[in-house]
Amino acid sequence: MPLEVNGQSYETDEEGYLANLNDWQPELAEAMATADGAELSDNHWEVINFLREYYEEYQIAPAVRVLTKAIGKKLGKDKGNSKYLYELFPYGPAKQACKYAGLPKPTGCV
Amino acid sequence: MSTLHLVNKSPFERNSLDACLRLAAKGSAVLLFEDGVIGAMQNTKHSDAINTAMSDHKFYVLGPDIKARGLNDDNVIDGINVIDYDGFVDLTTEHKTVQSWL
Amino acid sequence: MEDEGVVKKFCYMNRKAPYGTIYALESLEVVLIAAAFDQDISLVFADDGVYQLTNNQDTDGIGMKNFSKTYTALGDYDIKKIYVEKESLEERGLTADDLQALKYEDEDDDWAEKDSLFVVGREELSKIIDEQDVVLSF
Repeated sequence: MPLEVNGQSYETDEEGYLANLNDWQPELAEAMATADGAELSDNHWEVINFLREYYEEYQIAPAVRVLTKAIGKKLGKDKGNSKYLYELFPYGPAKQACKYAGLPKPTGCV
Repeated sequence: MSTLHLVNKSPFERNSLDACLRLAAKGSAVLLFEDGVIGAMQNTKHSDAINTAMSDHKFYVLGPDIKARGLNDDNVIDGINVIDYDGFVDLTTEHKTVQSWL
Repeated sequence: MEDEGVVKKFCYMNRKAPYGTIYALESLEVVLIAAAFDQDISLVFADDGVYQLTNNQDTDGIGMKNFSKTYTALGDYDIKKIYVEKESLEERGLTADDLQALKYEDEDDDWAEKDSLFVVGREELSKIIDEQDVVLSF
């Protein structure tokens, strides 16, 4: 089902992940969140931006365990735990945040 | 025009390059691409195979496959021409037949 | 679930160059998934597998994803034992300097960076493989 934003149409897979990584822009993340009934705060953006940087450097979306540890190191222990991340992204931090970040689903994530 | 021989397997992994060099007629050309580019590098266990065949064949290697594997054009055996995809196309049109060694 | 379970020694044996076949990428994906199961994992790179770890891979010209960067994330996945066979490098005119630096951060040592890549000789590698419970070949 394509994602419609500002009159433009973007291809996604059957689970709503962006088909082309290079299509991504912040408005697409907002649109995906709105469709899920969520609103993106600065805290969400911190994680989304982190994921995009991680992908840029390593060419993969990190597993949840890896994401949690890395967030803790970068943004502090109070954010580097699954409770905090699941509150932000109730559908699963790796799955949902990666989707908003325009990344493929994390390897090994079913 | 003569035959263009294509080798896309590493000489460490298969004997395709050996077989090609054993059977290719004198004066034919050999293009190394994909994992075959490993055979074009100097100072490897298999470099001598091409060094000794150099007088019998023209050798070419596909540059983009060298770069992809983190290898360097500067380490290609002297006398092998590094070409790009356009050069690949030219070679196939310039030769009478193209033979792949799998 | 609370059971710690049995920890086995798993070894992933990589013997093919990247990009020409799908083995290298498949192995890497399996390793990333398997890393979640808290087993004792080692990676071995021998024969043409050593080309998977070379520096400066640039795949723009062949239109494939450059997954060599992903090896540098293995430390995040607690994979700290990556063995490269010295003789395989030598036969290919390569040295350790032609490979990426692979490191992990030791959480118990104030995140100090430590090496996770070890160039080992044939005899030592043979011993390492012999100690494994499971060897998966790619």
